[in-house]
Amino acid sequence: MSILVDRTTRLVVQGLTGREGTFHALACRDYGTRVVAGVTPGKGGLVHEGIPVFDTVAAAVGKEGANTSLIFVPPAAAADAILEAADAGIGVIVCVTEGIPTLDMVRAHRALQGQPCRLIGPNCPGLISPGKAKVGIMPARIHRPGRVGVVSRSGTLTYEAVGQLTERGIGQSTCLGIGGDPIIGTTFVDALRLFEADAETDAILMIGEIGGTAEEEAAAFVKASVTKPVVGFICGQTAPPGRRMGHAGAIISGGSGTAAEKMAAMRRAGVTVVKSPAEMGDAVARLLAAGARAVPSPAKPHTPKKRPTARARASSEKPRRKGSRPGRVAAKAGKAGRGQTSRGTKRRG
Amino acid sequence: MKIHEFQAKAILAEAGVPIPRGRVAASPAEVRAVAQELGGPVVVKAQIHAGGRGKGGGVKLAKTPDEAEQVASQILGMMLRTHQTGPEGQRVKRVLVEEAMAIRRELYLGIVIDRAVGLPVLMASAAGGMDIEEVARTRPEAIVKVHVDPATGIRGFHTRKLAFGLGLQGDHVKAAADFVTRLCAAFERTDCSLAEINPLVVAEDGRLLALDAKMNFDDNALFRHPEVQALRDLDEESPLEVEASKYNLNYIKLDGNVGCMVNGAGLAMATMDIIKLAGGQPANFLDVGGGASAEQIENAFRILISDAHVKAVLINIFGGILRCDRLAEGVIKAVRSLQVTLPIVIRMEGTNVEMGRQMLRESGLNFIAAQGMRDAAAKAVRAARAA
Repeated sequence: MSILVDRTTRLVVQGLTGREGTFHALACRDYGTRVVAGVTPGKGGLVHEGIPVFDTVAAAVGKEGANTSLIFVPPAAAADAILEAADAGIGVIVCVTEGIPTLDMVRAHRALQGQPCRLIGPNCPGLISPGKAKVGIMPARIHRPGRVGVVSRSGTLTYEAVGQLTERGIGQSTCLGIGGDPIIGTTFVDALRLFEADAETDAILMIGEIGGTAEEEAAAFVKASVTKPVVGFICGQTAPPGRRMGHAGAIISGGSGTAAEKMAAMRRAGVTVVKSPAEMGDAVARLLAAGARAVPSPAKPHTPKKRPTARARASSEKPRRKGSRPGRVAAKAGKAGRGQTSRGTKRRG
Repeated sequence: MKIHEFQAKAILAEAGVPIPRGRVAASPAEVRAVAQELGGPVVVKAQIHAGGRGKGGGVKLAKTPDEAEQVASQILGMMLRTHQTGPEGQRVKRVLVEEAMAIRRELYLGIVIDRAVGLPVLMASAAGGMDIEEVARTRPEAIVKVHVDPATGIRGFHTRKLAFGLGLQGDHVKAAADFVTRLCAAFERTDCSLAEINPLVVAEDGRLLALDAKMNFDDNALFRHPEVQALRDLDEESPLEVEASKYNLNYIKLDGNVGCMVNGAGLAMATMDIIKLAGGQPANFLDVGGGASAEQIENAFRILISDAHVKAVLINIFGGILRCDRLAEGVIKAVRSLQVTLPIVIRMEGTNVEMGRQMLRESGLNFIAAQGMRDAAAKAVRAARAA
């Protein structure tokens, strides 16, 4: 199943004809994602790298049945691009753009409340459901299909985590970068809720960072509503207070938002928190192995009765399930029709 | 971006927020002239970005112009140390000279972005002059909060809630409403990330005034505010950080001896963390960005090694799109042209990683190859110790 993107995804790339937009749109298409349209105002009617270009998102939705958008629009116009996508009825809006003014995001975020769409980002790498669809800028080759959900505020640190999982033979259901900005569309809580409800996700790896209280809120949600095992890591344990550590949202202010607080909150909620970024993969492997020994819970219908080790399990699941073939082949076999709305677009309550 | 108190007050005055009478001055003679002009007792306030100026001896009362000149000669040029400056302190180049006044009440008023809600939040407290974070921790009920929806802007009921929450009465309720509305407008117009009036005072003569003012701005929005950009004071920033910002590098100097160069903010923080876990201390945070061109790598190197404390360098690149052969080429070129003699540990992942590793091996330079973050950190810490 995975979350948010899969073979039914019909992607429109906003800012397709720019350098970054073109590069990543083609990489998404190469992976098997159906890139059905691009939007560049003023260039409607062109066909760019085999992708039809439209002046508006509404036209891309109307003509090509786009249901998901990937935004590469420069910061000054990016909030507008998000609102345009929502207005056109796009279900999943992924904004990669870094550097959007915070007050622009305040207005956009507010305007999206109650609308039937989900924003991911901004300032994020996007998301990938390995073997199904890639909607983002992450390197495809480090992923492999499987049953661990990954959610993170970071880009390259997510790749690091995914790399560790794949190296240990552990595949991923969906890997989601929620973005490093102070105001983002999809939060840890939203992602955890989706992974918890996803029948093809067995465990969750959550990578947070200093600043704000999103990890504390996630911890409270885990305690109340997540039955699947969660591994957590918080970066910025050595970050000095009051300094913005690259990400606009990564700042310890007024003594709050520290890694120590977040790690403690997550531990109290039953999350397996690792101190070192080198231990993320091993911790997930251990949890999966322990889960294999435990009695399968009803929340995990796909859990086989006996799994000797995580590695053996992960490698055994590849031929066992549908949907773990390479993306390109899988996408061609996909049957979803045009204009079908995306799933999982319910906004957080 | 941060600015000085006198600059914040100028922005507020323009927005119609009442501030005390006063002017900024850069010499004792000028201070004397301002004091004379204001008449009566004055307050001489050191202008540095850090807070806690009063406790550090950077704010003094003077009854006469003579006295003002004398305290100014003490404050101007001093290395002012506060809990926010670090042990070396910050040199005072200017002072703000303002009318001194008898104060009836000291209040707090601030606006920040509430990340959890996604809206600006106004906070007011009767405990003015105190550290608001301290109040939030110990007596959260003492803070009145109002979220401002951008669709409606700040409304009358918001300002009344704040004013009555502060225990204001009579004409002061209306004055406070006007004050808050104007502060909000200034916050929004200039894309602030924080606007703080601490204290907001009720003077004995009945006026409501911003006795102190702090404004920080959203770096992402500076492109549309050249007038705010012009207020940047490079003397208040670390020279290496200023240099790094020229090349779009995110660099923050720390106290350790393992210099690190990483792509991506999260991975850069995680690299600092793992250096610490390996028993070392990171010398900096440095994010060269997702792409990391050869030129950026060279500039990053130059900045890294100009910190004399750095004894070893750790390069941690998890390339998505980045080709490792290009990275290796950039690193080799930079090390040659800058004649770097420090031990350099390189951990890289990405396209053409084998080719990149081979290039580093065959370069004849002092590179230490590492596999994975743990190995890289251990090797870098060991190299720094041996140096």
